[in-house]
Amino acid sequence: MPQLWQVTKLIRSKNSGPFELTFDVIFKDRESYEKVRDAKLISAEWFARTYRLTPEVVAIINYDAANAIKITIPRPAISGDIDDTDVFGGQQHGPLVELEVP
Amino acid sequence: MKEIRILSATGILGSGFREETLKRAMALEPHFIGADSGSTDPGPHYLGSGDTLFSDAAYKRDLRLMLLAGRAAKIPVIVGSACTSGSDPQLERLVGIAREIAREEKLIFKLAAIHSEQDKGYLKKKLREGKITPLANPPELTEQVIDRSTHIVGMAGIEPFVEALENGAEVVIAGRSSDTSVFSAMPVMRGLNPATVWHAAKILECGAACVVLRKYPDCNFAIVRDDHFIVEPPNPEYRCDPDSVASHNLYENSTPYELVEPSGVLNTYSAKYEAISDRAVKVSGSTFTPAERYTIKLEGAELAGYQSIIIGSVRDPIILRQLDSWLEGLTRAAKDRIAAVYGAAMASQYRLDVRVFGKNATMGRLEPETRIGHEVGLLFQVTADTQELATALIKSVSHIAVHYPVPEWTGLITSIAYPYSPAEIARGPSYRFNMNHVVEPASPLEMFSIEYEKVGG
Repeated sequence: MPQLWQVTKLIRSKNSGPFELTFDVIFKDRESYEKVRDAKLISAEWFARTYRLTPEVVAIINYDAANAIKITIPRPAISGDIDDTDVFGGQQHGPLVELEVP
Repeated sequence: MKEIRILSATGILGSGFREETLKRAMALEPHFIGADSGSTDPGPHYLGSGDTLFSDAAYKRDLRLMLLAGRAAKIPVIVGSACTSGSDPQLERLVGIAREIAREEKLIFKLAAIHSEQDKGYLKKKLREGKITPLANPPELTEQVIDRSTHIVGMAGIEPFVEALENGAEVVIAGRSSDTSVFSAMPVMRGLNPATVWHAAKILECGAACVVLRKYPDCNFAIVRDDHFIVEPPNPEYRCDPDSVASHNLYENSTPYELVEPSGVLNTYSAKYEAISDRAVKVSGSTFTPAERYTIKLEGAELAGYQSIIIGSVRDPIILRQLDSWLEGLTRAAKDRIAAVYGAAMASQYRLDVRVFGKNATMGRLEPETRIGHEVGLLFQVTADTQELATALIKSVSHIAVHYPVPEWTGLITSIAYPYSPAEIARGPSYRFNMNHVVEPASPLEMFSIEYEKVGG
């Protein structure tokens, strides 16, 4: 089974403002996108487990126009607050990179 | 066919663009030059303190080239979110830089400065009237939060820009404003379809970010017509394709389909992205729904405390194999030492945090990986009400940490490598973003005053 990085051209995390964290998974082609999208591996449950949230606060959007899946969650800490570890939110996507996909 | 040609100088003023690209773009006869100058990305420090992300020299370099090009072609230059957060001191800083450039280059122009800093009395009244409502994942907003804030800004929509342009402003420098309103104001004012305009603005606001491979910050260019726009980077090394343009909607936005502005919502669900050459993309089909109530997003920051830190590293395999318990013991010993020196009551006056690079410094408690390598980096951080206290306390931590024992070694050990003398670094004030709310003003201009000034001459 390939890992997610092998079928994508970009996996990134980023602030969507100081209170939300958003992940973009942009696939190399339509076929890999549809395979992963339809397998529903990138799910609210997976994010809830990995980022210790309840599934209800995880928003997942399939973006066909760019063969991409976008996931948005509440930020683990407000950007730049004393508890925060990543002001830009740019290095929170690590666990996604090696996710095994069909 | 009516069209507005837009030159976006760069993604964020101060980050730069190529002079040669600007020149090429000017040959395409834009109707105005725009640039956003702000972001909340680098964190709360800039709004909290009034400090700026880039140096004055960096802002001046970019703004000089834009003003020279704009005045030579007699087209407006529009800059939003002055100097990172668009608070009053930051607006004044950028206006001051524009004045210096005018003097040095003998430029004359009518300048509009749009103020986005908010009056606390006004906001407290709005809060009491129930005219302030929360957005996603908000902290609690009370009158005390408003009072504690060092700066609060409102994010302007296009209306203050349109007002300034209608009053003949040739250069507009705004405080906090939505990145897109910088680029949408003139085309909407000239009557182009707002759906096309806002979509083009979203694609342009990050400069060359929507190209296939952005190697360095640079200009971007779009021709906006009523039912479509065409984006084509003026730098010949860059190209856009339908994927790169569609992908840009994902960037720092919680959904690629919607863009919420004070006056309405852009919906790109039915947008079409077509290649019209190997480097230009035509975009059409978005819709724009006017807002039922006009709202302005607020951004505020308050002081969270002062911090002093120590950076060090550990290489001894004996310490590394018991790192967690060693750090726990060390932290307890440091707190005991602080209590011995300053009394037990000090415990509630400070916070000591330890971060371990090479273990979980990036993801903290969420890190699923448990392995560590042959060394780790340590960051000790004390937060207290004053800088003096934070530094005084971290000095105790420093000495305890550097000699904290492990049972396997007998005799005094030196357990951390400190790269600096002194080990402690006073980091200064630390701020906190304290609101994620919108306010409903009586009119779109109510929260934004505009000052006009004849600059130069």
